[in-house]
Parts: sequence; C-alpha cells; structure tokens
Amino acid sequence: MVKVAHVQLCSCCGCLVSLADTYEKLLDVLNSIELVYCQTLADAREIPECDIALVEGSVCLDDHHSLEVAQEVRKKAKIVVALGACAATGGVTRYCKGNQLSKPVHSSFSPLTEVIKVDLAIPGCPPSPEAIVGVITAALNGDMEYLQPYAELAEKGSEACGCDVIYKVVNKSLCMGCGTCAAACPTRAIEMLDGRPNVLKELCIKCGACSVQCPRIRFPELIEKIE
Amino acid sequence: MRWNRMNPFGSYKKVVSARSTLKEVLKKAQDGGIVSTAFIYGLENNLLDGVIVADNAGEFKAVPKVATTPEEVLEAAGTKYTVCPNISVLKSAVREYGCEKIGVVGTPCQVRAVRKLMKYPVGFRHVPDKIALIIGIFCMENFPYYGLKLIVEEHCGVKMEDVVKMDIGKGKFWVYTRWGETKAIKLKETHPYEQIACHVCTDYTAELADISTGSVGSPDGWSTVFIRTAKGEEIFNKMVEDGYLEVKPIEEVKPGLGLVEKLALQKKEKNMKEIEHRKELGLPIPY
Ligand SMILES: Cc1cc2nc3c(=O)[nH]c(=O)nc-3n(C[C@H](O)[C@H](O)[C@H](O)COP(=O)(O)OP(=O)(O)OC[C@H]3O[C@@H](n4cnc5c(N)ncnc54)[C@H](O)[C@@H]3O)c2cc1C
Ligand code: SF4
Ligand code: SF4
Ligand code: SF4
Repeated sequence: MVKVAHVQLCSCCGCLVSLADTYEKLLDVLNSIELVYCQTLADAREIPECDIALVEGSVCLDDHHSLEVAQEVRKKAKIVVALGACAATGGVTRYCKGNQLSKPVHSSFSPLTEVIKVDLAIPGCPPSPEAIVGVITAALNGDMEYLQPYAELAEKGSEACGCDVIYKVVNKSLCMGCGTCAAACPTRAIEMLDGRPNVLKELCIKCGACSVQCPRIRFPELIEKIE
Repeated sequence: MRWNRMNPFGSYKKVVSARSTLKEVLKKAQDGGIVSTAFIYGLENNLLDGVIVADNAGEFKAVPKVATTPEEVLEAAGTKYTVCPNISVLKSAVREYGCEKIGVVGTPCQVRAVRKLMKYPVGFRHVPDKIALIIGIFCMENFPYYGLKLIVEEHCGVKMEDVVKMDIGKGKFWVYTRWGETKAIKLKETHPYEQIACHVCTDYTAELADISTGSVGSPDGWSTVFIRTAKGEEIFNKMVEDGYLEVKPIEEVKPGLGLVEKLALQKKEKNMKEIEHRKELGLPIPY
C-alpha cells in the first residue's frame, strides 16, 4: 500500500474536488493507495510519514503556521506534489496583497515550489482529474519518463503567466497557431487573433495551463507512440 | 535526433488511395473528400456527435467551427491555406455543445497538439475521453492570412472575393475563380509568405492521427490515406463496407507513394537543418 496524504495550504479545496472528480478511476487508484491524511475527508490531525503528499495552495509567508506545514510536509513525504496552480505557480494568490479582515497582515503568498523543494508540479486551476490520475498512476508505477515534464515544472515553472506563450512561443518564432493555449485557459484570457494568441492580462490568473499545454514549448517523446 | 524524424510517414497499418462516393462531398471537397465523408458518416451513424472543422468565413479566411450536422461539415469542406486555430474550440465542443464523441481535423501540428493534451491534460478536464477520431491532413507549410492574400492578389492577379478554390500540386500554387479561370504560379514564389514557425516542423503526413489524408500520391479527385490506429481502421473499414468510399491499392495509382515519401523526407531534412541552426544560435526549439 502506498501512503498518500492530501494537505491544504492557502487554497480553495477545488484541487481536492478535482481529485474526487475522477470517479471510478479514483476507486481504481484507491485500491492501491491508503489515504493517510486529508483534513477534508478524515480526522487525522498530524501529517504522518507518507509516500506521496498532494499539496494544494500557496504558502502565506506572514502566517507561521502555513510555513510550518509546508516544512513539515517536506520532512514527512517521500514525494511532494504541488497540486494545482496555487501550489505550483501561485495562481490567483499571486494577486493577494493583504489589508483585509480579519488578518490585514496576511499579505504575502508564494507558491509551494518557491518555499520548499517540490518533486512534481501539476499546474491548472483546477488541475484536471485526468492529469491528477495520470501523475498518481505514473508515480505508483515508477514511470519517470511520463513524470519528467511535471518534475521540470516543479523545478523551474513557478513563474507562470499568459505572457509565457507570447515570450516563449510567439516571440521565438515557434507559434504555428494551433489554438491549444486558448482552449486550455480556464478564464478565456486568450483569444486567437490572426492565428496567434492574444492574452487579455486582466483575465489571467497565472495558472500556467496555457504554456504547459503548448506543444511548441515541450513535446515529450512518449506522445509519439500511438496505437 | 528522434528515431522517427527520418522515417517518412510514422507508423501506420495500411495506406490506400480512396475517394468519397457522396456526390455533394465530391463537389465541394479539396481532393477525394475523405475528411468530410468520414465526419458525415460518423455523425449519421452516431459514432461522432460533433466535429471540429475550419469554416470559410469569406474570402478564404478560416475560422474553427464545431459542426454537428452533415450540412455544416459540407460548408467547411475544402482547404484554406491559412492558419486556423482548430484546437481553440475543443473545450467548447465539450462544454457548450455537450459533445461526447468528437472528431477533429487538423494539420500535423494540430494533431500533435491533440495527442499531447490527451496524454498531459493539464487544462483539459473531461476532454481526452471525448475525442473519438483524429483526422490529419498532410501539410508542407501554412501561410498567415495576409501572406495568402498577397500570393493570390499580387502574384496570381486574382481578387480574393473571386476565388472558389486554391490548390497546391505539381510544384505550383493554383487558383480557380468563379468565372472559370485558372491561374498558377511556381510554388517557389510563395516561399516568402510561409509561416516561419512551420520551418521547425518535421511532420508531413500527420503521423499521430488515427487517419491521415492528403492529395499527394493519388490522381486528381482522389486522396492518399494512411490508416494508422485501431480506431482509424475500424471506422475506415465500416465506411468502405457501407459504400461511402471507393478504394484502390496505392500501388496501382500514379504517382503513388514514392512521391509522398520524397516530399516527406524533403520536409524533414530541410526543417531538421533549421532546428540545428536555431540550436546553434541558442534559440529554443520544442523538445
Ligand atoms: C495548410 C495546408 C497545407 C497542406 N499541404 C498539403 C500538402 O503539402 N500535400 C498534400 O497532399 N496535402 C496538403 N494539404 C491537405 C489537402 O489540401 C486536403 O486538405 C486534404 O487532402 C483533405 O482533402 P479531402 O478532400 O479529404 O477533405 P475535405 O473533405 O475537403 O475536408 C478538408 C477538411 O480540412 C479542414 N481544413 C481546411 N483548411 C484547414 C486549415 N487551414 N486548418 C485546419 N483544417 C482545415 C476543412 O474544414 C475540412 O473539414 C494541406 C492542407 C492545408 C490546410
Ligand atoms: S492566460 Fe489563462 S491559462 Fe494562461 S496562465 Fe493566464 S489564466 Fe492560466
Ligand atoms: S498552444 Fe498553439 S497557438 Fe498557443 S502558443 Fe502554442 S503553438 Fe501558439
Ligand atoms: S508545416 Fe507543420 S507547423 Fe506548419 S501548419 Fe503545417 S503542420 Fe503546422
């Protein structure tokens, strides 16, 4: 049995809902895992030793509890997964700036990937259930080739923005206008104009989905095997 | 270098020459009407409930459309030699249109995009399992819309509004007008208008599609068709059994597979060089 923990930091719980949204696939996975910690679903109070920790939410640097939980999870888990935009790239919490009741001093939020060493990051707001199942299944099978792109995002993908498809693709003469980025965006911050993405900055929540889905930045070789 | 970069066609089960038996399709289709026939067949037989096509928004401007009826598929038949972001409406097909069995047609790069989002569906909740059929069309290069317009208006001397069909073949770019005229220029004259991002593309025959089709290799009015996956094979065989397609062995048609191979390898070699060049300059390339 592989021990899995779900840890919630500064987040909306939508990532856990997305995990639950895998329905029967989750049940398949549940046969080989034991959910040892999840404050929403079970009453364990302390994060126990575990194989995989799925952590959603960013870390409030002005809240010592938030920081401690982040460090604790790194100590207890063999594999730490930043689940969803807030943990992986900051997401909507990038825009937090405090001065609200009841804790006006809670103003600084950083993605988990910038606070502790994270092994895998699954961006998206929310990350799709299929992506979560894909990562958990690959982790159970030790399929490192499949996980490689998620490992890279954990290491260097924390600064996500709609501008990525402009800087890394359009500006680099790589965009061929497929429109995948526009479809991936959860807030419709990308419209296709003249066969190129146009990013509406006011709508972007810095979730990273667009650049992660762009086939002109990263195209893992294993995709080329079809049946 | 990847193992299949210099393999001309990618993996496939079977390659044939084929054309539709549907008169209304043959009238509007670019070549043998394989794409439109497969989509119409799929919609009529409940194998598909929505298909993503490139509609003609007038004067060969291309816009992606989710088509749910054979009539809409027919309207969108024929090649627009300009970028059409087909994948941008994929999530709408699932959400707004409520489609559960989606057919997608696209250039090789768009087919690759679909395969990627099926394996790594970060921003595509409940989409991968709804993709029922991926049809790829061969592609040597594409043009931004004003590139196409310059080719047609400046080089061919035809107004965009008078064009009924464009075609690339036999080393030329052809324009057919509604007055029954035909104009052609050497393909070489169109090179300056190519989308430069196409120059790092090493896929000619849409290697990751379920079925790929193009004009090269088969006679006028016919298509060369690669059947690549089990899914593609199943629907293709059904279409033949039900009399929607006429099929000939590719060995029996002219110019045949040799020409497709030559062009595929030309594209791969030329664009691999561009990839190497960009690496030398320290520019990023897809990896
Ligand atoms: C940019 C481009 C370059 C091409 N280059 C070659 C080539 O080098 N060699 C070759 O053999 N064939 C090439 N083709 C393919 C060829 O022109 C035909 O599209 C193909 O043979 C299918 O014909 P059909 O009669 O089966 O399809 P039809 O029944 O006519 O259907 C064609 C389908 O393609 C869709 N479509 C049209 N334009 C686009 C577009 N820009 N982007 C995405 N989808 C589109 C239409 O909506 C329609 O559903 C190219 C096509 C394009 C778009
Ligand atoms: S543009 Fe859209 S997909 Fe891209 S980071 Fe912003 S919100 Fe996410
Ligand atoms: S996903 Fe497609 S349209 Fe968007 S930036 Fe990448 S290549 Fe361009
Ligand atoms: S040449 Fe390649 S990148 Fe360009 S449109 Fe065709 S398939 Fe896409």
